[in-house]
Amino acid sequence: MSELSAPAELSLQQALNLALRHACEDDDRVLVFGQDVGTLGGVFRVTDGLQDKFGEHRVFDTPLAESAIMGMAVGLAMHGWRPVPEIQFDGFSYPAIDQIVNQVARMHYRSRGVLNMPITLRLPSFGGIRAPEHHGESLEALFAHVPGLKVVSPAGASEGYHLLRQAIADPDPVIFLEPKARYWHRESFDPTAEVTMPPAGTSRIARPGRHATLIAWGAMVARCLQVAELAAEDGVELEVLDLRWLKPIDADGLAASVARTRRAVVVHEAPLTAGLGAEVAALVTERCFADLRAPVQRVTGFDVPYPSGALEDEYLPTPDRILAAVQTTLEYRRG
Amino acid sequence: MQERDPRDLRELHRLMLVARRLDEEAIALQRQGVLPGYAPAQGQEAAQVGSAAALDPARDFAFPGYRDLGAAVALGVDLVAYLATHLGIWHGGLYDPQASRLAPFNAVVGGPVTHAVGWAMGAKLDGTGGAAITYFGDGASSQGDVHEAMNFAGVYRLPVIFFCQNNGWAISVPTGRQVAGGSVAARAAGYGIEGHRVDGNDVVAVFEATRAALDRARDGGGPTVIEAMTYRMGPHSTSDDPGRYRALADEQAWAARDPLTRAAAQLPADAVTAAEEHAAAVVREVREGLCALDAPPADELFSFVYREPTKALLEQQRAWKETLDV
Repeated sequence: MSELSAPAELSLQQALNLALRHACEDDDRVLVFGQDVGTLGGVFRVTDGLQDKFGEHRVFDTPLAESAIMGMAVGLAMHGWRPVPEIQFDGFSYPAIDQIVNQVARMHYRSRGVLNMPITLRLPSFGGIRAPEHHGESLEALFAHVPGLKVVSPAGASEGYHLLRQAIADPDPVIFLEPKARYWHRESFDPTAEVTMPPAGTSRIARPGRHATLIAWGAMVARCLQVAELAAEDGVELEVLDLRWLKPIDADGLAASVARTRRAVVVHEAPLTAGLGAEVAALVTERCFADLRAPVQRVTGFDVPYPSGALEDEYLPTPDRILAAVQTTLEYRRG
Repeated sequence: MQERDPRDLRELHRLMLVARRLDEEAIALQRQGVLPGYAPAQGQEAAQVGSAAALDPARDFAFPGYRDLGAAVALGVDLVAYLATHLGIWHGGLYDPQASRLAPFNAVVGGPVTHAVGWAMGAKLDGTGGAAITYFGDGASSQGDVHEAMNFAGVYRLPVIFFCQNNGWAISVPTGRQVAGGSVAARAAGYGIEGHRVDGNDVVAVFEATRAALDRARDGGGPTVIEAMTYRMGPHSTSDDPGRYRALADEQAWAARDPLTRAAAQLPADAVTAAEEHAAAVVREVREGLCALDAPPADELFSFVYREPTKALLEQQRAWKETLDV
């Protein structure tokens, strides 16, 4: 256990920091590296204090080169280490796409299972913080499309702690998308409490309801909970399903919820076309066609480059847009 | 396993000849329709064998590209398993990369160069005294990954050898239009690391340069760039036509510097004869092994994607099997 007594309230940033700390304590093969993760503790302070505690050989700064960061992770994994690299911002992961797609994701396959790639790439992700250009992207569909990768995104502090521990323990490469808009939101949870995490690829019901299911991940979970609160004032009981794992997707969990509520609205920050919402909608339709009372609705960003801060609120799914989609599905009539 | 000191020219020549004869056989097998395609390494045997023979397989590790048969031969890799890649059996080959000390065959030029840096950091952290060697060409030296890798290795002072086989041609583009300044070895200075050019067709010179770089790496002296000046005597691949971009006179001039001829000239005739007999036996064995290789079970399409496969993938596999049973 950490020498810090766990506060009753933790932000996502603190929870992730604690998860890294505990992962390094529990497994001396875990290495944390990336740009500015050492002395500075990361631009979002997620790695704060880790270098002091575990030393420069376990937690270290790298030169500013994303492709080499991921390529180095491959070589370290081949030597039996468990790399937890950070790429500083989602928009700067593109230079590393070659390594992630052509190397990290395929090394286990091409070596016929001899070489393991237990790499967890931490990636501050999504928008909502008025960031400059290239500092707010939603890459889940791109990564989820790649065979060999797993993709996960936590909704908040408690989820962040447990999912990051799970991702680091996973024997396969995991892309861990941290919703930077939630870094500073606090919630009460006890990281020292024994929690048995369900297996990778399990979603959770963040709020039960019976009239429709809102499906979301990352920062959009909080937004959907807010919408459910608003809808409840009008007597509409919305279920909020936090997908958590974006690959593998919990098709069973989706189907169980939608079979109950018979209506589904999927909400994500990424652009509409070929976004992960399309995959979710297809899975729900395949499994719940007979139960569905309306087509699956998608509330998403638009097919435009991520805008400047001044227009960010127009781009991100608003409570009003989500409520409108809920209304569409509730009022839908065939014919 | 090598029974003799690899420094022995006789042993190096023997390994080179296996690579040469096997390369010729692979081209013939491609012409006969057995191999879908092949990337000949003829002319580069001294560079590949001389460097790989200097490694200590107990603690070192090599990262090949796609034209490094000589390195596989020198490391004692199962050559049928190595050439299985070209047969279209399995992308990374059928050899065990950990046991062979040779990373899976890789067609992304420059990509594995960063892996060698990571592996070298792992070796340094584990204090094994092991070093990594990464093979790439003059064409790959233009890749950002190669520059990033050299910079990382320089910053961390890692035990890694950047072994550039400058064979004069990146498919159809000559080094003069590929490498600004003309020398890959010269770039090492910019990263604060050792850089040396070596006659890549002199197997002993390559061996000695690599051994010196390995000693330096093990002593904490950091990385080395070795630029082995050599020549790709054949086409880029069995579907390439060098006649479209380079002069016959150029090829002939380099043919006179054939690394095999040079080594053989320094050996007694009986040693060369024995090496030919040995190479012929290896080629026979490998050809038989290759021709006996069956396609992997189709089920393996789904194997090895994950250590812990996803439900969705297992479901796809189950559904696929059902369609077969219908």
